[in-house]
Amino acid sequence: MLVWTRTSRSVLVVLFVVVFGVIVVAPLAVIGLAAVAASWRGVLPGGLTGAHLAAATGGDALASALVSVQTALIASAGSVLLGGWAAFALHGSRGRIRRLADGLLHLPMAVPSVVVGLGLLVAFSHPPLLLNGTRWIVLIAHLVLVLPFSYSTVSAALERADPDIALVAACLGASPARVLLTVRLPLALPALAASAGLALALSMGELGATIMLYPPDWRTLPVGIFAQSDRGALFAASASTVVLLGLTLVGLLALNSVRTRAAER
Amino acid sequence: MSAAPAIQLRGVGVDYGRKTALADLDLTVERGETLALLGPSGSGKSTALKAVAGFVRPSRGRVLLEGRDVTDLPPHQRGIGVVVQNYALFPHMSVAANVGFGLRARRAPRAEIRERVAEVLDLVGMSAFADRSPRQLSGGQQQRVAIARALAIRPAVLLLDEPLSALDAALREEMVGELLRLRAELPDTTIVHVTHDQSEALALAHRIAVMRDARLVDVGPAREMYRTPRTEFTAAFLGAANLLPVEVVEVDGEGGATVRLGDAIMRARVSGELDGRRRAVLGVRPQRVGVHAEGTGGLPARLLAAQWRGEVFRLDLRLDGAAHSGQEVRVRAEVASIEGLPPVGGRVALTVPDGCPLIADASPEEET
Repeated sequence: MLVWTRTSRSVLVVLFVVVFGVIVVAPLAVIGLAAVAASWRGVLPGGLTGAHLAAATGGDALASALVSVQTALIASAGSVLLGGWAAFALHGSRGRIRRLADGLLHLPMAVPSVVVGLGLLVAFSHPPLLLNGTRWIVLIAHLVLVLPFSYSTVSAALERADPDIALVAACLGASPARVLLTVRLPLALPALAASAGLALALSMGELGATIMLYPPDWRTLPVGIFAQSDRGALFAASASTVVLLGLTLVGLLALNSVRTRAAER
Repeated sequence: MSAAPAIQLRGVGVDYGRKTALADLDLTVERGETLALLGPSGSGKSTALKAVAGFVRPSRGRVLLEGRDVTDLPPHQRGIGVVVQNYALFPHMSVAANVGFGLRARRAPRAEIRERVAEVLDLVGMSAFADRSPRQLSGGQQQRVAIARALAIRPAVLLLDEPLSALDAALREEMVGELLRLRAELPDTTIVHVTHDQSEALALAHRIAVMRDARLVDVGPAREMYRTPRTEFTAAFLGAANLLPVEVVEVDGEGGATVRLGDAIMRARVSGELDGRRRAVLGVRPQRVGVHAEGTGGLPARLLAAQWRGEVFRLDLRLDGAAHSGQEVRVRAEVASIEGLPPVGGRVALTVPDGCPLIADASPEEET
C-alpha cells in the first residue's frame, strides 16, 4: 500500500466515498426514489406510489423493454460471434494486415454513435440496400457499436492464453477444428461471456444512433426514456430507467455466472 | 521395424524475417536414442525441436521421421509426443481426460482409451490422481501428467522442451531419475531433450548436440563430449572448463601432446583438430585445478576471490605470466578446503594435471 499512516488512509477512504457517492450512488438513488414518488417538491418525495412502475411494466413501455432486450440479445450474440471469430482468426498474426484489421475493428469505438447512426442512415436509405425504416438498421447499428468491445475483450484474452496449449493439442493428433472446439473455445469461454456481458450492457443503454434510426415499431427503452423526459414526465422516465437497469442487471448476472463457472473449471 | 533413423534434419533452416533462428542444421537421431540439444538461450535448440514437431515451417531443408518426409505435414499428422516447459495441460479437463486427449482425437474405442490412460498413469505413478484437475497438482505431478499424455499415443518420437526448468532443484533431481527410469522402460522410443542444463544433458542423453548462435557446434556421445570436447565452446559450456592458453611443444601420433603453460610443461590429450597450430587451449575443469600455498611448486597465481559453496570452496584466480591475446588469464577452481592458503589478494601456486583435453585455439594464430 502506498499510503502508510492511518490518518492518510482515512482521508482517502472518505474522499473516495464522497466522490463515488455524489457521482454514482446519488443519481441512481434519486432515480430509484423518483420511480416511486407520488410528488416531489422538497428535499424528499412527498409520497410513494407504485403507479409509475406499473405503467413502466405494461403497455408501450413494456413493448419498448422487450424491443430493448431483443435488440441487446441479438447484438451481443452477433458481436460475440463476429468479434470472437475475428479475434480467433487474427490471433497470432502480425504485421500490416493485423494492424489494419485491428484499426478497422476498433473504428466504431473511436467515433461518436451519432456518426455511426448518420452513416448507416445515409448508406442504407437507397436501393438495393434499403433498410431505413426497418428494425434491421437498428440491429446493425447496435452490432457495429458493440463489436469493437467484444473483439478487444476476446482478443486480449487470447493474447494472454498459453500458446503451447493449442500446439500440444495439435501434436497429440487433434485437427485444427478439434483443437478449436475442444481446447481453444472452452478456454476462451470466460472471455466470450465477459464480452457478451459488455455488449449486452452497452446495447441496452444505446441511444445516440438508435434515436436517429428507429422505426415506430422498434422503439427501444432508452428512446422511450428520452421521449418521456423530453416531455417532462420525469417520474415515468425514472420508472422506465429502473426497469432498464433491472433487465440489464439480470442479463449481466446470468452471463457472469457462466463466466465464473467457466473460469473455475 | 524401419531401418531409417527416427529423425533426420537435412539442412533445416528457420528464418524469422531477417533473423536466422536456425542455420542449416544437419542432424540424425537413431531409433531408441536419447539426444540432448544443449545450448544457451537463443542458440536455436528450441527452434530445431519446433521444426521437428511441425510448430514452425522450415525456411529451407527437409525434416524426415523414420524416412518419411514430414516437412509439409501439420503437427497433428506427425504422431509425435511433446512435453513443453510449462507442461500446457488442458486446465478445463481432468488428469484422465488430458491423458486420453490424443487417443480421443484418434477416435480410439472407449475401452482402449480407458485401458491405455490407466496404463500410462501407472507408468508415471499418477494413477491416484486421475480424477483431479491439473490446478490441484504440484509442478512435478503436472510434469508427470504431461509425460503420460505424450506417451499415451505411443509416439515413436518424444520431444522434451526444457521439461525440468520450471521445477525446483530437489524436484529436478528426482525427475531426472524418473526420466531415466522411463527411458529404460521405453527402449524403442526416440527422445530429443532440449535443455540449457549440462548436468541434465549428461545424465539423460546418449548423445549431446551443442548449439550456439543458431548453429550446431558439436555433436557426439555424452561422455566423449565431456571428456574430449572438440571446441572451446563445448568445453566451456559442458562442464564449465577453464580455457588456458598453451603453446604446443610436440604432438605425438597417438593423440597425445606436450604443451607449455607459463613455465610448466605438461602432457595433454589432443581433442579435435589442431591443424598444425602452435597455440591451443587446455580445457581444465575447476575440480581438476590444484591450489597450493606459494612456494610449493606450480604456476604462480593470485587469489582474487573465494566463495564457500557448502561442499566446496569456489576460488577465482589470476594466472601470472600467461597472458592470452593481451588478456589476463583467469582460472576458476573448486577445492574442498582452503586451509594453508593465503587470504584473498595473496599469492598461490596452481597445478594442472596431465591428460587434460587440448583444443585448437579459435583466435587467429599470431605471427612469431
